[in-house]
Amino acid sequence: MPIKLKDLPRIRYNMPGNAACPGCPETMGMRYVKMALGDNVVMVIPAGCSSVIQGINPKSGMNFPILNIVFAAAASAAAGMKAAFEELGRDDVQVVVWAGDGGTGDIGFQALSGAAERNDDIIYICVDNEAYMNTGIQRSSLTPYGAWTTTTWTGKTEHKKNIPLIMIAHDVPYVATASVGYPQDFIEKLRKAASIRGFKYVHLHAPCPVGWRFDPGLTPHVAQLAVKTGLWPLFEYERGKFRVSSFSRMYRKPEKRAPIEEYLKLQGRYKGAGPEVVKELESYVNRLWEWIELLEKSMSPSTTAKKLVSKT
Amino acid sequence: MGVSEPKTLFVAPLSKPDAGSVGKTGTWRHEKPVIDEEKCVKCLLCWLYCPEDTILRREDDMVYVDYDYCKGCGICAQVCPVDAIKMVPER
Ligand SMILES: Cc1ncc(C[n+]2csc(CCOP(=O)(O)OP(=O)(O)O)c2C)c(N)n1
Ligand code: SF4
Ligand code: SF4
Ligand code: SF4
Repeated sequence: MPIKLKDLPRIRYNMPGNAACPGCPETMGMRYVKMALGDNVVMVIPAGCSSVIQGINPKSGMNFPILNIVFAAAASAAAGMKAAFEELGRDDVQVVVWAGDGGTGDIGFQALSGAAERNDDIIYICVDNEAYMNTGIQRSSLTPYGAWTTTTWTGKTEHKKNIPLIMIAHDVPYVATASVGYPQDFIEKLRKAASIRGFKYVHLHAPCPVGWRFDPGLTPHVAQLAVKTGLWPLFEYERGKFRVSSFSRMYRKPEKRAPIEEYLKLQGRYKGAGPEVVKELESYVNRLWEWIELLEKSMSPSTTAKKLVSKT
Repeated sequence: MGVSEPKTLFVAPLSKPDAGSVGKTGTWRHEKPVIDEEKCVKCLLCWLYCPEDTILRREDDMVYVDYDYCKGCGICAQVCPVDAIKMVPER
């Protein structure tokens, strides 16, 4: 059911006066998590900007309970917390991991993969600003090709690791991609995730004005352009079925996609990126959509239904 | 003089949600958003996208800004479909 903005809660979930930079995508995203899931949520947050945004004791800049924990333990701590809530008969509490791209794709990956394999009943959200921002913009395995960081002075020479596809390969009940440019889509996906038992993974694309070097007023615009260029496709994998989300469907066709140059020219991290970077990213987008086509063909809701019919 | 029992102190690093965990962030602003109520169509997009939760909704869904904490990022002005928000330089 499409979400009406009027019906979303008026509660202030981000306490104003927190430490986030102006235009921060992580504060935007956290707000949507609470709008989607309501009050019975505990967040588990490993090191990263979101641990700093909370501010300095005794005040917290976030209006919900948070356990701050080391990188390597985020998913396993959440799994343990969920088990404890179940023991107390509190099945209504959602335990949500909120981790950066470094915390997810590099440092915390073993705990993430373990929790997925055990099918622990948690929601894991990766808030992906495509670098280690909190420590001063170092590359992560999720930094895209050609992007400047303080550890890739001349542009990264490797492509972005595709964690959502890796999570689909874990065959967990739910995997989705989302973007701070499309909050309603993100909120809908979180609500669906909350209704499913077992391990849920949601990957939120979160353009960061500080690390990507763009005007802080443009955070939603840059996020939307990532989707429109085809670089960040929105999709869902639900109990073995794969579906491209409505905001991304038209970008299946290369001629419908926004030019990659349009996206790059807004971002200082691509300053000096020549035509070879554009070409390399274009071929990346094409490969990405070939994967998607493959998944769609073999796991679309209709083909899955047919397979089930032919089995019986 | 006898030896006294060492005192055990439990220090729980618990924080409580409160506004202004790093102070009045309104002082960070170079420009402030000013809403033209005549133009506003109450679409709530500025409220949806404001990262700081400093766009507030009145009962009738007319929006207004919490200038104590608004950081002046300009997102609200960028997303407004009818240009009802102008960024005005702070004096
Ligand atoms: C084991 C360990 N290594 C390094 C650090 C230092 N550290 C703190 S935050 C951070 C960056 C995290 O980046 P990411 O997960 O992408 O989140 P972001 O800051 O971008 O939100 C690092 C490296 C740490 N706290 N623990
Ligand atoms: S560096 Fe980026 S993600 Fe981190 S607090 Fe600042 S704007 Fe947010
Ligand atoms: S300028 Fe930024 S912080 Fe201030 S009200 Fe607008 S969106 Fe919110
Ligand atoms: S985005 Fe513009 S029209 Fe919509 S509620 Fe805000 S000020 Fe009003």
